Amino acid sequence: MDDIKYSSTHHQHERSRTNYDDQLDYGTPSSSSDKQVTLIIDDREITVPEGTSIMRASIMAGINVPKLCATDSLEPFGSCRLCLVEIEGRRGYPASCTTPVAAGLKVHTQTPKLADIRRGTMELYISDHPLDCLTCATNGDCELQDMAGAVGLREVRYGYEGENHLKAEKDQSNPYFSFDPSKCIVCSRCVRACEETQGTFALTISGRGFESKVASGINNFLDSECVSCGACVQACPTATLIEKTVIDHGVPEHSVTTTCAYCGVGCSFDAQMKGEEVIRMVPNKNGGANHGHSCVKGRFAWGYATHQDRITTPMIRKSIHDEWRIVSWSEAIEYAASEIKRISAKYGKDAMGGITSSRCTNEEVYVTQKLVRAVFGTNNVDTCARVCHSPTGYGLKQTIGESAGTQTFDSVMKSDVIMIIGANPTDGHPVFASQMKRRLREGAKLIIADPRAIDLVENSPHIRADYHLNLRPGTNVALISALAHVVVTEGLVKEDFVKERCEWDSFVLWRDFVAKPENSPEALADELGVNPTLIREAARLFATGGNAAIYYGLGVTEHSQGSTMVMGIANLAMATGNVGREGVGINPLRGQNNVQGSCDMGSMPHEYPGYRHVSDPAAKALFEAAWGRPLSDEPGLRIPNMLDLAGEGRFKALYCVGEDIAQSDPNTQHVTHALESMECVIVQDLFLNETAMFAHVFFPGASFLEKSGTFTNAERRISPVRRVMTPKNNVDGPGYEDWEITAMLSEALGYEMHYQHSSDIMDEIAALTPTFKGVSFKKLDELGSIQWPCNDEYPTGTPTMHIDGFVRGKGKFFITQYVPTTEKVNAKYPLILTTGRILSQYNVGAQTRRTKNVAWHHEDIVEIHPHDAQERGIKDGDWIGVMSRAGETVLRAKLTERVQPGIIYTTFHHPQSGANVITTDNSDWATNCPEFKVTAVQVARVNQLSDWQLHYKTFSEAQLAFAGRDLEAAKID
Amino acid sequence: MDNKRLISMANQIGDFYESYPDQNQAQQGIAEHINRFWALAMRQQIAQYVKEQAGLGLHIPVQQAIAKYLKI
Repeated sequence: MDDIKYSSTHHQHERSRTNYDDQLDYGTPSSSSDKQVTLIIDDREITVPEGTSIMRASIMAGINVPKLCATDSLEPFGSCRLCLVEIEGRRGYPASCTTPVAAGLKVHTQTPKLADIRRGTMELYISDHPLDCLTCATNGDCELQDMAGAVGLREVRYGYEGENHLKAEKDQSNPYFSFDPSKCIVCSRCVRACEETQGTFALTISGRGFESKVASGINNFLDSECVSCGACVQACPTATLIEKTVIDHGVPEHSVTTTCAYCGVGCSFDAQMKGEEVIRMVPNKNGGANHGHSCVKGRFAWGYATHQDRITTPMIRKSIHDEWRIVSWSEAIEYAASEIKRISAKYGKDAMGGITSSRCTNEEVYVTQKLVRAVFGTNNVDTCARVCHSPTGYGLKQTIGESAGTQTFDSVMKSDVIMIIGANPTDGHPVFASQMKRRLREGAKLIIADPRAIDLVENSPHIRADYHLNLRPGTNVALISALAHVVVTEGLVKEDFVKERCEWDSFVLWRDFVAKPENSPEALADELGVNPTLIREAARLFATGGNAAIYYGLGVTEHSQGSTMVMGIANLAMATGNVGREGVGINPLRGQNNVQGSCDMGSMPHEYPGYRHVSDPAAKALFEAAWGRPLSDEPGLRIPNMLDLAGEGRFKALYCVGEDIAQSDPNTQHVTHALESMECVIVQDLFLNETAMFAHVFFPGASFLEKSGTFTNAERRISPVRRVMTPKNNVDGPGYEDWEITAMLSEALGYEMHYQHSSDIMDEIAALTPTFKGVSFKKLDELGSIQWPCNDEYPTGTPTMHIDGFVRGKGKFFITQYVPTTEKVNAKYPLILTTGRILSQYNVGAQTRRTKNVAWHHEDIVEIHPHDAQERGIKDGDWIGVMSRAGETVLRAKLTERVQPGIIYTTFHHPQSGANVITTDNSDWATNCPEFKVTAVQVARVNQLSDWQLHYKTFSEAQLAFAGRDLEAAKID
Repeated sequence: MDNKRLISMANQIGDFYESYPDQNQAQQGIAEHINRFWALAMRQQIAQYVKEQAGLGLHIPVQQAIAKYLKI
């Protein structure tokens, strides 16, 4: 960002800023122009890129121009009239924020006339502003206060008795921030932040002149279109929009930069603290993934970390029908170790295993898989990516050679055509969605392939999908073949790219396959339920519209042909030459924060860290030498394999770290039967989650605020997680970070792990993993974040992959035969249920349900098309039973045309919903990733909960009582 | 593990390779996939099944792939 060349020609200034200061607000965004312009501001000659504002140039030169309506995250607006300057040879007093630099200008920022105008302007502002600075929540952190001081305002000649806004009513409807219009100066920063930064357009200025005021919808913030991202709060220069925690506790006193523990965007945040208490989380403007933006989860929903439901002491019990016994850490560890030894001796080491979560840090995942492989002596270790993005790992490894997305998030700003398949970015990856929406508002074309009308189809302001291919759930592969058919048969293949970069033989096989008449859009129209003309037009646009990028999510992977579809996506990207530069690429949107990292860290049963197969003799030898234990060269069991065998009494012990398989995995009754059949289930978590209700040992974990480590986001960006408070999991002293708990268990099993700090674990990962060779905590401190591969060749990381060649050498095409799922509709189960996520809740909801985010989503509901509802006599808000071949649950219905006739949709954030009681054991052919997205169901109006729900209620109440908890404790504080 | 489950998983793998023009290559692909991703006990069980039950329920190329190329 060193976009200034500054030299002082006239004086030697005491403090000159020659470097970009990442904490400073430069007032207007930077210019990316290559052309440099030299001008003189207050006698200083400075050179900046063309297009830079005079305000920005001044601040870069160390000259602070007063400002109120300007901030460098927003386009200049020129409304506050404080930043006026004088320019020699020009008339008047132009606003420095809206006036670009020009060669040879001589600008003056401080003259008696300017001082007079600014004081006059401030006087007007203050004449209609409460003078309660000493008791105001932003006292000491208020730009209006600062500017009153800067311009030297000493009196308000108008008095304060005139008509004013001082009695305007506060809007406290949002659970996290307050809106106090009496303090508003109508600078429009909030309105612009809602538009430019977030892209929701929920706020506006209503009225004119004195009547002008910020308005959110008809009633209040909560009832409006507001998504509570906090961008307006961030942008507000006064106390008008402010976090309620700051009102309650005062301004924070120190700040630590860390990484959000929610979705795969991996936003960087400043945890602003008072001692060990978080006062607010503020998105880091220098965050590589988020550039100062945030969503309602990351910015506000961190209260779960101190929620009273946290289990803070280890617990053990012989049977899941016993009460829990609170014990010391040493007793819990010894008991767990003795059980593992007993089971190993009795049933063999392959009757044991471990599961990690994408909510764990890289370091935690690494030590857990090391424990299972080196100490348990088996490769039975898996991670929750099994149930979300395992097909991505498999499909991309096969085709392009690396199990990861190819781009940075910023790459989208150079895309001309964006194709979204089976993803809902505005809900699942909101901060990236805001960036994508910015590019779409700039004019990029949009193709959406999704059975449901996600918000980006036509429910996002100033955005409308050019094509919505609303295919039937389960027919993705038919669609990708149809798109490829058009590309191939209409001569739209980038043959030069394919010849140079790909295996030609594999291309020919694929080309001949997709060119077959049965793969044409017309031939597949009935299967897909999509007008073939639209498919043809979308394919042409994708192949010829310039830089084309594919973004996809679990709507691609969670199918019986999830891996096939990932390969199909890679085929299409390669055939159209859309890999290896900015603006293009294959972009898996990872669900959770560390899906990429947990896969990188070797938590799949067939792979060591860095995606090396366990049968690879060199990899095995490397890890055996490093860990000093013999390792197995046989792939271990995947989660569904473990559960199948457990149900048959052949898998007996599980160490489950941070994952909640009893809620998140399909066919709940199958999962809970498996858990009930095991002899030792060890759960390490913050809460007594659904899986813990079937556990024999509970290790209380540490939240992301209580530990150090790293997360790796969807763009391979490794970001630091920093400890801001002491782990709350030890009543006898300082608590333990999760890796320490794993290390204690390891030691009790006779294998010492000699780490002093999580950075030592990263050093070991770097020493053993070529793509992480250059990664260290020290380098992360220096660079902020690093996108792997990071090695000698790319010491600061690799934003865009496959630039000169594919990681596997030549890209390989695979034939992608469409095979309809066996989960078919029939007379008994005539509808298809598909599942998804919602903005305010996260995954199993263990975190977000324990925050005020329940204001937006306190129960899972079923979306059903009015036609289907009418046929069954279902009205909006009715309780309906949803029955599948696997089970039955009861949820409330919402009638909407977002879903097509024949399809219903729900989320799975609340355990009592039992969404996964209905989903089946069907899974992806290559990875066993469950087919969450297709379940044949019937629905009917009912009057009471399902048998499963009634059983669940009794069982979970009993389990909470066993831990000395009751349902009352589950309330949100 | 339930034989039915293993049969269905193996057949799904077979379906992926069904359109390969070179069926020998397809069979090698099927076996290679199972070798790389299935635990030894699962491989042994399906091999045993092919041997004892003549592969009943398994698609022919899958049976042959297991019989010819599976590592057990």
